[in-house]
Amino acid sequence: MTNVNVVVIGLFVFVLAVFLGLELISKVPSLLHTPLMSGTNFIHGIVLVGALTIAASVHGALGAVIAVAAVFLGTLNVVGGWVVTDRMLGMFRGKSAATPARPAAAESQAPAPPPGEQR
Amino acid sequence: MTIPNWATLGYLVAIALFILGIKQLTSARTALRGNRVAGVGMLVAIGVTLGMLHSGWQYLVPAAAAGTVVGVVVARRVAMTAMPQLVALFNGMGAGAAALIALGDFHRVTSSAHPSLDTIGAVTILLSCLIGGISFSGSLIAFAKLQEWMRGTPITWPLQHEINGVLLGALVGVGLAITLLHGGAVLIIIFALGALTLGVLSVLPVGGADMPVIIALLNSFTGIAAAVTGFVLGNDALVVAGALVGASGSILTMLMSRAMNRPITNVLFGAFGQLAEGDDGTGSAVHGNIRQTNAEDLAVLLSYAQQVIFVPGYGLAVARAQHEVKELATQLEERGVRVLYAIHPVAGRMPGHMNVLLAEADVPYSQLKEMDDVNPEFPRTDVALVIGANDVVNPAARSQPGSPIYGMPILNVDQAKTVVVLKRSMRPGFAGIENELFYRANTMMLFGDAKDSLAKLTAEVKLQAAA
Repeated sequence: MTNVNVVVIGLFVFVLAVFLGLELISKVPSLLHTPLMSGTNFIHGIVLVGALTIAASVHGALGAVIAVAAVFLGTLNVVGGWVVTDRMLGMFRGKSAATPARPAAAESQAPAPPPGEQR
Repeated sequence: MTIPNWATLGYLVAIALFILGIKQLTSARTALRGNRVAGVGMLVAIGVTLGMLHSGWQYLVPAAAAGTVVGVVVARRVAMTAMPQLVALFNGMGAGAAALIALGDFHRVTSSAHPSLDTIGAVTILLSCLIGGISFSGSLIAFAKLQEWMRGTPITWPLQHEINGVLLGALVGVGLAITLLHGGAVLIIIFALGALTLGVLSVLPVGGADMPVIIALLNSFTGIAAAVTGFVLGNDALVVAGALVGASGSILTMLMSRAMNRPITNVLFGAFGQLAEGDDGTGSAVHGNIRQTNAEDLAVLLSYAQQVIFVPGYGLAVARAQHEVKELATQLEERGVRVLYAIHPVAGRMPGHMNVLLAEADVPYSQLKEMDDVNPEFPRTDVALVIGANDVVNPAARSQPGSPIYGMPILNVDQAKTVVVLKRSMRPGFAGIENELFYRANTMMLFGDAKDSLAKLTAEVKLQAAA
């Protein structure tokens, strides 16, 4: 295939992926906007794949510097982005499970805490 | 490089996991799993890529190890309040990587024995460099503003749109020269520096209050930069994942600008926080006396209320007072007071930011009310307790067409019987706009650090209960 063919097929895939992206997240409760932004921020860390490819075909010292910097930044994006998102969402998880078991009014003088309550 | 079939199939698996992950991120029940599914997808993509490599380990192992250590440490240590700038920072890193990949490929192609930069190769490299460069420097400025290394108010200068236009035109010219000359090391450096400058110049005029929209937009930009990098390297995994993020980021940008009633063009081209013409910044409506209260009086008021609505803002997060709010709420509930939390869509600094912070303090979901649900509650509310929020409760958004925030949906706290504002001082909010709410007859101010004030209030409410 020529270079042009590759780009045309890439464009084809790109446009379909854009439509898929628009459909995927059209309905999101606002409380999830921050985690969603953080999560998609993690996913564009896929540039790390490109950085690794570049590092494998380095020419000269300048090429090496560029490759090292690209891999470093890409890894930061992937690792940092994922850990932050996981931390954020971890807070939500505990809550949604605990809320029904702990009605606010009963909290003060409930005779015995429901099983599984660890507070 | 050509990608073997097994690797392409591996990328397909990774992409499928990304799509599933994003889908699950859109629902509270499955969001945590969604991020983990996407994480597995990333591991697959990276594993497949490493499996194809035959060289370069001496570069990528130390770089990836350093990136992992720094990434984990920073992401673990940073307080939840600093989440928006952290997202901006990691976004900038990805964008920088995309721009560097373009430069690296340019270097590889033009420095070989038979330089072969064709038109399509040049255009994709230049696009990746341009979008990545803008998003990189723009994200760093957004980070500096949110971290308050730089003032949050808009920084403006004459002819800024014209200057940006000329710069963009010049970049197109330089890009054209590179394409026609099939190379030019000096030209590509000039091009990259120009892209970085354009990113800085575009974000500097944006005010702090519009920053969430800008971060969402830059997130989308980085996605597109990653996709273009996929064109540069002939890798469809990058194209699809980048396009997914580019598209979802643009939707998120629109959702946020709608929540703030700020069309995206205004965010970019009209500096927020600039004073309306003929307004000297104090505004005629913003003169008058303020009424101060103290913890003892306020505790009585709260203890005998039927319904109290807490309106938390970024100030609450800065004071790290989430747990004190929860404590006060518990005390009041024991006395039979109905307590709700009114969450403005952009409370905190990003949509959903305040929900994260309150979840951290164990506040039950059922008490968090979104703006449209809680606004009808204010007229039958005895006390609206505004804690470190400012612009999202500013009535000027309803009544003063000259105000920069006019038209932004707000929480109608002024309709409550009594409004109490906990605030450190009379300093205006992040957007730099005066707030007439503080001077209203039914408003009282309680000055001081939010954490101290809330602790005192809780103690006083307990005394009330004992008496």
